[in-house]
Amino acid sequence: MPSNLEQLHQDVLNALETVKDPEIDSVSVGDLGMIEDVSIVDNKAFIKVLPTFMGCPALEIIQQNIEKAVGNVEGIDETTVEFIHHPPWTSDRVSKEGRERLKEFGIAPPPEKWNPDGKYEIECPYCTSLYTTVDNIFGPTACRSILYCKSCKNPFEAMKPVFTDM
Amino acid sequence: MGRRWQEVIIKTAEEAKQNKDYKATLTELLYQLADDDFILAYRGSEWLGLAPHIEEDVAFSSINQDTMGHATIYYNLLEDLGEGKSDDLAHMRPAAERQNAIILEEVNGTGDYLTEPRYDWAFAVVRNYFYDLAKKIKLEALKTSSYEPLAHAAVKINMEQYYHVMHWSTWFKQLLSANEDAKKRMMTAVEKVWIDFDNVLSFGPKAKELAELGIIEAEETIKQRWISHMKAVFEELEIDYPGELGSKRGNGRIGEHTTDLDEALKTLREVYETDTVTAW
Repeated sequence: MPSNLEQLHQDVLNALETVKDPEIDSVSVGDLGMIEDVSIVDNKAFIKVLPTFMGCPALEIIQQNIEKAVGNVEGIDETTVEFIHHPPWTSDRVSKEGRERLKEFGIAPPPEKWNPDGKYEIECPYCTSLYTTVDNIFGPTACRSILYCKSCKNPFEAMKPVFTDM
Repeated sequence: MGRRWQEVIIKTAEEAKQNKDYKATLTELLYQLADDDFILAYRGSEWLGLAPHIEEDVAFSSINQDTMGHATIYYNLLEDLGEGKSDDLAHMRPAAERQNAIILEEVNGTGDYLTEPRYDWAFAVVRNYFYDLAKKIKLEALKTSSYEPLAHAAVKINMEQYYHVMHWSTWFKQLLSANEDAKKRMMTAVEKVWIDFDNVLSFGPKAKELAELGIIEAEETIKQRWISHMKAVFEELEIDYPGELGSKRGNGRIGEHTTDLDEALKTLREVYETDTVTAW
C-alpha cells in the first residue's frame, strides 16, 4: 500500500495531467515534457517547469493553471511554480502519448533526432504522407511551423525541432 | 592566452555577489546582452503588419517574440544579482544608462508605424542578419561561461537563435542574388550598418576583465569569428568585402546614444508608466 506521501505525490501528478497547453488543448504540460520536478514538503507542492520557448506568452497562463489544478488536490495547501531553463526543454521530451495527441490536433510531432545538416522529414498528421513542404519555419506560436501536405492537400502545423546541438 | 576561467565556476547569483569585481564585470555584459536584444526586438515589433508579405509578418513577429524573451532572461539574471526589478530594468532606465549598440536603436526608416511608415526592408534584413549572427557566435562562447546561470541561459537561447540566423541568412543571400534594384538597396544597407557595426562586436570598457574572469571569450576572438564567417558569405555571393567595421556614431556600451533611442523609450514605456505595479 502506498504511503500517504506517495499517494499525495500521485494525486499531484494526476492533477498536472489535467493542465493542458493553452494553445494546444489536446496536450498536457506533462505530455509536452515541461514538468521537470515535483516535490512535496509539509503539504506544499514545488513544481519546476521548463518553458518550451523563452518568449512564450502562455507561460503565465500555464503557471496559473498549474497552481489552480494542484491547489485543488486534497492535502496540498500551497503550490509554487518555478520556471527554469536548466536542463533546457528539447523537443524530444514530448512523450509518446503527447506525440499522438499533437497529431489529433493537426500538429505533426517533432523529429525524434536531430540531423547535423538540419534536414528532417515531417509526416502529415492527417494522411501520414512524407510528401510535405515547409511553408514557414515560423508559425502562429513560437514552437510551431506551418507546412503543406502535397498528398492530401491539407495545410498543417508541426512542432519545431529544438535540440542542444543546433 | 590565459585559461584562468576554467579554474573557477560561479554557480549562483549569491556566489557572484560575494565577489565585487566579478559581479561588476558580469553585470556589464548582461546589460549589453539584454539591451541589445530588447531594443532590436522593439524595432522589429514596429514592423508588425508592414513586412513584405504575410508569411514574413508571421516569421518576423515570432522572431521578435523570441528575442524579447531572451532579453527577459538577461534582465532576470540581472534581477537575481540585485540590480532591481527586471520589468523596471527593461522599461524605466534612461537612455544614458542603456548599453545597446547604437545601430540597433536606429529607426526602421522614415515615418513611424502609425503614420506613413516608409520602412527600409533591406536595412531590416542586413541589420538583423549581421546582429543575429554575432549573437549566435556570442552564445556559443557563453555556453562555457564561468557564470553557470548565464551558460545555462545561453544553451537555451542558442536553440532558438538557430532559426533566426537561418531566416535572415536566407533573405540576405536571396536579395543579394536578385535583380539590380534589390542588390543596390542591399549594398546601401550593408554600408549603413557596416560603419556602426563594430559597436555590436564590442564588449565595452570591461572587455579585458570579462575574458580574464572567463565570463566570455576575448572580444577579438569573437570579432574575428564574425569577420571570417562574413568574408565567406561575401565571397559566396561574389561581392567585395567592405573592409574595416566602424563605430561612427559613438559607443553605446558607455551610454552614448542617438535621439532615436529617446523616442523609442518614450513610446515603449508609455503603457508601463501608467501603472508600474499591475500584472500586464
